[in-house]
Amino acid sequence: MDIVVCIKQVPDTTEVKINPETNTLIREGVPSIINPFDENAIEAALKLREAHGGKVTVITMGPPQATEALRKAVAMGVDDVQLISDRAFAGSDTWATSYTLAQAIKSLGKYDLIICGKQAIDGDTAQVGPGIAEWLEIPQVTFAVKIEISEGRARIERLLEEQNEVVEAPLPAMVTVVKQINEPRMPSLKGMMKAKKAEITTKSAADIGADPIKVGLNGSPTRVVKIFTPPAKGGGEMLSGSADEIASALAGKLRELKVI
Amino acid sequence: MGIRIINDKCVGCTLCVKACPFAAIGMKDRKAVIDLDTCTLCGACVPVCKFEAIELKKEAAAEPAADLSAYKDIWIFAEQRGGKVQSVAFELLTEARKLAEDLKCQVAAVLVGDDNIESEAAQVFSYGADRVYLVTHPELKDYRTAPYTRAVSELMSKYKPEIFLIGASTMGRDLAARLAIRVNAGLTADCTGLSIDPEKKILQQTRPAFGGNIMATIITPNHRPQMATVRPKVFKKINRDVPPGHLSEVIRFKPTINEKDLLVKIVGMIEDESITVNLQEAEIIVSGGRGIADPKHFKLVEDLAEALGGAVGASRATVDAGWISAHHQVGQTGKTVSPKLYVACGISGKIQHLVGMQSSDIIVAINKDPDAPIFKVATYGIVGDLFEIVPAFTRKIKELRG
Repeated sequence: MDIVVCIKQVPDTTEVKINPETNTLIREGVPSIINPFDENAIEAALKLREAHGGKVTVITMGPPQATEALRKAVAMGVDDVQLISDRAFAGSDTWATSYTLAQAIKSLGKYDLIICGKQAIDGDTAQVGPGIAEWLEIPQVTFAVKIEISEGRARIERLLEEQNEVVEAPLPAMVTVVKQINEPRMPSLKGMMKAKKAEITTKSAADIGADPIKVGLNGSPTRVVKIFTPPAKGGGEMLSGSADEIASALAGKLRELKVI
Repeated sequence: MGIRIINDKCVGCTLCVKACPFAAIGMKDRKAVIDLDTCTLCGACVPVCKFEAIELKKEAAAEPAADLSAYKDIWIFAEQRGGKVQSVAFELLTEARKLAEDLKCQVAAVLVGDDNIESEAAQVFSYGADRVYLVTHPELKDYRTAPYTRAVSELMSKYKPEIFLIGASTMGRDLAARLAIRVNAGLTADCTGLSIDPEKKILQQTRPAFGGNIMATIITPNHRPQMATVRPKVFKKINRDVPPGHLSEVIRFKPTINEKDLLVKIVGMIEDESITVNLQEAEIIVSGGRGIADPKHFKLVEDLAEALGGAVGASRATVDAGWISAHHQVGQTGKTVSPKLYVACGISGKIQHLVGMQSSDIIVAINKDPDAPIFKVATYGIVGDLFEIVPAFTRKIKELRG
């Protein structure tokens, strides 16, 4: 079985801090990581390979420094990695990104399953996975918490708001996974040695046969017009006293605010 | 296509340096310099420059020639589950009415289901729809991506909405992402603010990004419809009496669903008995964190939630420890919620949790550690023992509610 995993290198948003004086992001020293949900996607692919054989290919669209994320994927044990990188991709929104990744997947040839993280922690859109599926005209199954493959079909459990839905999809299909699906493995020492030496294939817009007007800023219907830091909520009111006093005070305040 | 600093206009004020979310702008000889390898052409710097010294250009060929004026009215997706229209649809209708005043247009709801769904239309009108598109087919009873995408995209191609709002639920995000590609539209995810640009008459969509650390306002200048998914509970729903003589137009639409749309089959549902109230639709959420110390103490949280008529939430730590099911998890790897009242019991408030709940109207935090980051976002903070305070508060609520 040939599995393609799409990953994104993201700033570790949990490490981002706000400068309280200027109310702007402090970016210095914020590490770049593989989007955490994408690590779950890699793990899910590796598990399926262990069970069914085949090959796991990881691709990412990004600047040259995204090779670091691909090396980590190699260290985790994937078979092949490709960097999809071109100045022409700058400014891509989810429309252009999903087109570009779909073109990159087409250029790989045969695939049975595409796995993505449910969303990236910097953009939080959850739009690229389904977008890829639409460009490739294959079924999509989002928010997977379990994937089983047998006889060319995937049986997938989806984490919904109040229950889990079990669906069956034919292959090829595109699946996005949630955190709860697995615990991503740590790279092995051998894996890390391999990652260090790995030759990383880079493909340009021309290499994947991308239409120049569908990529990057040109291919992106949406535009960011303003970015601002949300006003800090500022510490609220602290309540103190005995448990009963606090309970009464709190109930009173919530009543005033017509919450209860 | 590209971005450049017009050196004659740049005064070296560094506003753009601070505005760049990607640290791609630096200063050299008191002029701004853009590092083109880091720049993503996001455009955030352009409006902050008071001297119009930054130029961001697309190739002329990329501008679509399509006639945007053919698109009119605001649509909302009337998400239904089990034949019942969900609360988020009414929130969208209420917000759409406000936007429609600015645009001087009508509001339409897209109601998709089997033939029985027609009975829900009356309620949709009562929250402000001028028109309901009733999209029915036996295969549309329960949500599945492909047949819904087929049905709704056919409707969009025929009737051409200017704006289409969809709830940012698992269903809405699954559908919207696929639709936007099919109909070649711009889509902004999980918006928490919507407004109309008074001059250009286009939709301004504001949403959190970077784990909630920044807010971005996004527009779709040259594509229609302008699509957005909208976070549940951010907008309040208002039921209004339908005035007599109100149009309340129903347009019936029969989509053509083919075999290829039916490849994915729903084979079952695994119900979660512990879920009594949908977290994302709940007005009140009481959440437990590691400070609960033992799974059996979740009872305290549940009792308070029950007394308040709310839902039970949980931090990632408690879900990972197996104390409670993942359907309860709030935060980056769980659900994003914004209820009227969020009570955090024994939750320290790591950023991953905060991004999932900090847009709640009122936040009450109970924690024994006075330095817990949860207090930074709390409306009311209580430093103390949750095993005393939570039961006392539950008793007080029960007393008040008789």
